[in-house]
Amino acid sequence: MRVVTAAFAIAAGAIVLLGYFFPDQLGSLRLLLLDWAVIIAGMAVLVGIYNLAAVQMEKIRAGQKGGVYGILLVISLLITFGLGLILGPENEYMQLAMNAIVVPVEASLMAILAVTLIYASIRLLRRRVDVMSVVFLVVAVLFLILIMPTPFGPILGDRVTQAAIDFLGMFSGGGARGLLIGIALGTLLTGLRVLFGVDRPYGGN
Amino acid sequence: MLALGLLALTAILLVGLTLLRRRSPASLRLIEAYQRLNRSVGLAVENGTRLHISLGRGNFISARGGSALAGLAMLRRLAERTSLSDRPPIVTSGDASLAILSQDTLQSGYRAAGAEDQYRFTTGRLAGLTPFSYAAGTLSTIHDENVSANIVIGDLGTESGLLAEAADREDTSLIAASDDLSAQSVFFASAQEPLIGEELFAAGAYVGAGASHEASLHVEDILRWLIILAILLGSLLKIVGAPI
Repeated sequence: MRVVTAAFAIAAGAIVLLGYFFPDQLGSLRLLLLDWAVIIAGMAVLVGIYNLAAVQMEKIRAGQKGGVYGILLVISLLITFGLGLILGPENEYMQLAMNAIVVPVEASLMAILAVTLIYASIRLLRRRVDVMSVVFLVVAVLFLILIMPTPFGPILGDRVTQAAIDFLGMFSGGGARGLLIGIALGTLLTGLRVLFGVDRPYGGN
Repeated sequence: MLALGLLALTAILLVGLTLLRRRSPASLRLIEAYQRLNRSVGLAVENGTRLHISLGRGNFISARGGSALAGLAMLRRLAERTSLSDRPPIVTSGDASLAILSQDTLQSGYRAAGAEDQYRFTTGRLAGLTPFSYAAGTLSTIHDENVSANIVIGDLGTESGLLAEAADREDTSLIAASDDLSAQSVFFASAQEPLIGEELFAAGAYVGAGASHEASLHVEDILRWLIILAILLGSLLKIVGAPI
């Protein structure tokens, strides 16, 4: 069975990859396989939500810390899921649940994140004193000063600010491209290992 | 045609160097974060605490799936090494497909270690489906599950700052890497030893996942040099005004 799974996975991966290079011959098959993948990913969300509920139920059953939040989560999940099925996601009450609960909660987390990041930056030199940490902090502070809105416009004037941003952007843009090239190479090699069946994240190992 | 040629060259190099590495294992440069990871795994097994592995929100239908696959390769090896621990590792993800694959990978690791009966499907968890719900779901694991080390490897955004802060507050180790530039800057500011850029993809090689992972690092080096040469050549041609 494991061999069959691996054979299917490798064949599907190879067809999708080669479909990019030979669109006339394999393009339609590639799109068909991607459509199947999207449908399977949609079903996976349902399985994932079942897993989420099961983890919370286990917490409640075992009387673990945070079990109360688990009860809240499961009840909210059941109500939202049930109402979503009956009323549809476009219904005004479903929209209200999204706009009045989910969006404000995520916005609050983002606000906490802003404070957290400032705090982490302040503590950076206590955690690690090296040249790169100092450069990181100096550039971050400099950049924040440059883009800081004031009633009188940019602190250093329009031309100096733009020149400084361009100068800093040259280094950060170059560095970012270098990192992205490295990540692209890593992704390519990881994909090839899966394609060759060396790594089998689908349980075939 | 160039892309296909590059792909073929990469595949040939990967196969060739994997065969070579099977005969003579590579000596890898020291990466402090991976040393800490290996130490943390040993410590977690010895003192009965948990490892928490977070694989991010990498979606396999998008280009971000690569980091998730790298995380799964590392997870496979870590599951094998920690399967006999009193407290098995917990894996959190922000994508449903990734959560299912993490369960499958955990089970494979347990099976390989001869401890499949120890496997529980609730140790591979979907923490949330949006960036902040994933972070919120993962925070409770960091705070409440007797975790001694957090390994966060995958596709994450700035929400990773919340995970780093929680790990710091619990006084636990944090080994973190992401394919996202904003998350990398967050980890640079908040992790003890941040992993930058393609170091994320070296995880497998440093946890002993096999010759192919070591060979991948060498192929990456070769391709990087080729790209550097191509950039330099392109710049030179541009300077002399050659049509490119």
